[in-house]
Amino acid sequence: MVSFTLNGQQKEFDGDPDTPLLWVIRDAEKLTGTKYGCGVAQCGACTVHLDGMPRRSCVTPISMVDGSEVITVEGVSGKEADAVKTAWAGLDVPQCGYCQSGQVMSAVALLQMVPKPTDADIDGAMAGNICRCATYHRIRAAIHNAANSMEG
Amino acid sequence: MTLQDLNTSRRGFIAGSGLVIGVAIAPKFLSAAPTGVRAGGDSALLPMNTFVRVGTDDTVTVLSKHIEFGQGPFTGLATLVAEELDADWSQMRAVHSPTENKIYANLAFGLQGTGGSSSIANSYEQMRKAGAAARAMLVAAAANEWKVPASEITVEKGRIKHAASGKESGFGAFAEKAAKQMPGEPKLKDPKDFKLIGTELPKLDTRGKINGTAIFTLDITPDNLLIAVVAHPEHFGATVKSFDDAEAHKVQGVVDVKQVPSGVAVYADNTFAALKGRDALSIEWDLSKAETRSSEELAAEYVRHFREPGIEATNKGNVDDAFKATGVQSIEAEIVFPFLAHAPMEPLDAVFIKSGDGSVDIYNGAQFPAMDQQVAAKILGMDEKQVRVNTQLAGGSFGRKAQFGSPYMQEAANVYKASGGSRPLKHMWTREDDIRGGFYRPMYAHRMRGAINADGQITAWEQSIVGQSIMGKADLDSTSVEGASNLPYAIPNLKVTSHNVKLVIPPLWWRSVGHTHTGFAVETFVDELFQKIGKDPVEGRLALLKDEPRHAGVLKKAAEMSNWGSKLPEGRMRGVAVVESFNTYVGQVVEVSVGPEGTPQVHKVWCAVDCGVAINPNVIKAQMEGGIGYGLGAVLFDAVTLGKGGRIIQSNFHDYRSIRINEMPDVAVEIIKSSEKPTGVGEPGVPPVGPAVANAWRRLTGAPVRQLPIVNIVSA
Repeated sequence: MVSFTLNGQQKEFDGDPDTPLLWVIRDAEKLTGTKYGCGVAQCGACTVHLDGMPRRSCVTPISMVDGSEVITVEGVSGKEADAVKTAWAGLDVPQCGYCQSGQVMSAVALLQMVPKPTDADIDGAMAGNICRCATYHRIRAAIHNAANSMEG
Repeated sequence: MTLQDLNTSRRGFIAGSGLVIGVAIAPKFLSAAPTGVRAGGDSALLPMNTFVRVGTDDTVTVLSKHIEFGQGPFTGLATLVAEELDADWSQMRAVHSPTENKIYANLAFGLQGTGGSSSIANSYEQMRKAGAAARAMLVAAAANEWKVPASEITVEKGRIKHAASGKESGFGAFAEKAAKQMPGEPKLKDPKDFKLIGTELPKLDTRGKINGTAIFTLDITPDNLLIAVVAHPEHFGATVKSFDDAEAHKVQGVVDVKQVPSGVAVYADNTFAALKGRDALSIEWDLSKAETRSSEELAAEYVRHFREPGIEATNKGNVDDAFKATGVQSIEAEIVFPFLAHAPMEPLDAVFIKSGDGSVDIYNGAQFPAMDQQVAAKILGMDEKQVRVNTQLAGGSFGRKAQFGSPYMQEAANVYKASGGSRPLKHMWTREDDIRGGFYRPMYAHRMRGAINADGQITAWEQSIVGQSIMGKADLDSTSVEGASNLPYAIPNLKVTSHNVKLVIPPLWWRSVGHTHTGFAVETFVDELFQKIGKDPVEGRLALLKDEPRHAGVLKKAAEMSNWGSKLPEGRMRGVAVVESFNTYVGQVVEVSVGPEGTPQVHKVWCAVDCGVAINPNVIKAQMEGGIGYGLGAVLFDAVTLGKGGRIIQSNFHDYRSIRINEMPDVAVEIIKSSEKPTGVGEPGVPPVGPAVANAWRRLTGAPVRQLPIVNIVSA
């Protein structure tokens, strides 16, 4: 039996302990904002925050999550999350939108660690998130906008 | 669609005659049971016509006959409706229309479907008429209620007003009465009076895609859902000889294993069990009809076709004489293009849910929904009316979901049928299935020959193209030669031929179709010829584009944006290309250096686009930016390769490499002001970037790009 919190709520999982966190979130908890894109930590569509750090849920066995705190796009909050969502909307970043939950989660984690990221910081933090629509140009601009909006 | 059809549809609703949109499908579709499947507003939606619903809460919901997978039809079609309806943008919503081939046909194809960058082009008048008709109905209802002449009523930003009496209302209060009105032929606005068209309206589908509430097919999770995955072969054309599923059955959560025409299906209570069960299968494949040649062997066979005459696509002037003329220098090039997977973020998937009456609802990212419906009904042995295809937001497509005969739906329906259908079922592909699943941009080989006379003029152009016919033709397939057979440059002697190759590897259109390779071949070769004769690539092109003002217009604009000819930093070089596709003209200038991997690093792209009347500049710019990233990633990194014996080498994003944020250039886009009819923007941003980069690369390093992706040449 694995116990963890998901967006602040206590959860338990007693299925196969090898089950990736992604499928526990989606299949068992029916929270569908976190997406499947590759299953091998190559695309970042499944990014969640595990104990405050960005994590690819598709390669994280649920057994590793015991006692941890998991935040998904549905539950992410705080000034960085607000700034990112506002900046994303302001630039109409998403196209198909399928990868954007993961992009948002990676961007929020970046701003939590580096409030005023450089382009190189953005490359480092966001290169694990693939967007096949290639909205990268707006993602970069939106992260800068979000950082600027948090100043003062 | 004529106004007559709109009226007929509306009457059908009122009379309760069972016209599909108003009665049979809409209520179900607007109150569908599965998690998160929902329509625009929460209140009652009254039909103005088959495309427009007005809610009692003042919302206006547009039923988009085109699937939204990022290219913007929800916003674009709603803009057209809102313009003629004089709605306020904040009240607009959009949902997918039901599946009804006649009512929701793409007027460019004659069947319901999205593709060929046609959504705006074919909807421009139709959606404006739908908006104008809805406006007329609301005005007529208000005129009746207020007992004033309709001609004295004005509508502005969603408010219906009668100035003389001071009466004013939103749309919602008249929605019910308006639905009973019979509008006459509505008058469309003069484009000079447009208020919304041409402005940067925010997209309607953004919010849900930021907070995780947008629902895609994969997110539909009814109770008691069965998950199915299929084990596919690693060779094209292979079939199941035998399989052992004993280990698969031991996996906790696996419910069943069945052979289906395309492989072996594993059914489970959850996704992980299905995947684990599939991994536990032991399958022996029959390779007797499979493709066992490698990509290298195929390429060697492709170029042998150059010795044969081929199918004539264009023959103007006399190419042979031009090459034989005295003092003529002949330049030659051969370019080989690999198979490309579309690799949309959401791999293929579909959900099947049976209702109490035995009918089946299918939820999927349907690019040709009526075809999906026909195919599924046939396989399930059901009447088409008993099978409803509910189009969902799709995580990209780039052509992948537009397939004649819907092979994906054939597999999904066969899997559902084999399950017995007692539980709702989600059939999903993994990324490995996607990369190895075929329906690629086919491999092509091009051979080009250019004649330069003693005066330094390009006098002849001969081009031969070898590859699979996407349309499955034995004779000329225009999608193999588009962009080459109609070469825009004024070269007096032109000959283009095509050679169709038959393979068991299924081909498909890939964002910008033939232009993915013809644009590259034409634009790199013409650039080489200009370099040979010492002409500037912009000036050289413009001199041969005197009769092509829209090509010349975007080329001049892109050159101007980039300050073409200005001094560049050390180690940088610029390249240019201009391509028309789907009647949209795009010119791009790129600035390139040698990156850390020894591959081109693209710093900046300046892009000018002429797509006629610009409906939503925000969406147009986004499509150019995205098209540039998509095209650039493919040219730099991507190939699906068959190894020795024909086994597919790539399987996921680690070896089918997608462009990432650190590789994405800065992009500037300008839109040419035009009063021509609007044309599409989903695909036309793609073709120019590859050749522009290759041109810069050749001028920077001296190495012409004869084989793609570029990363293979550089690391070789």
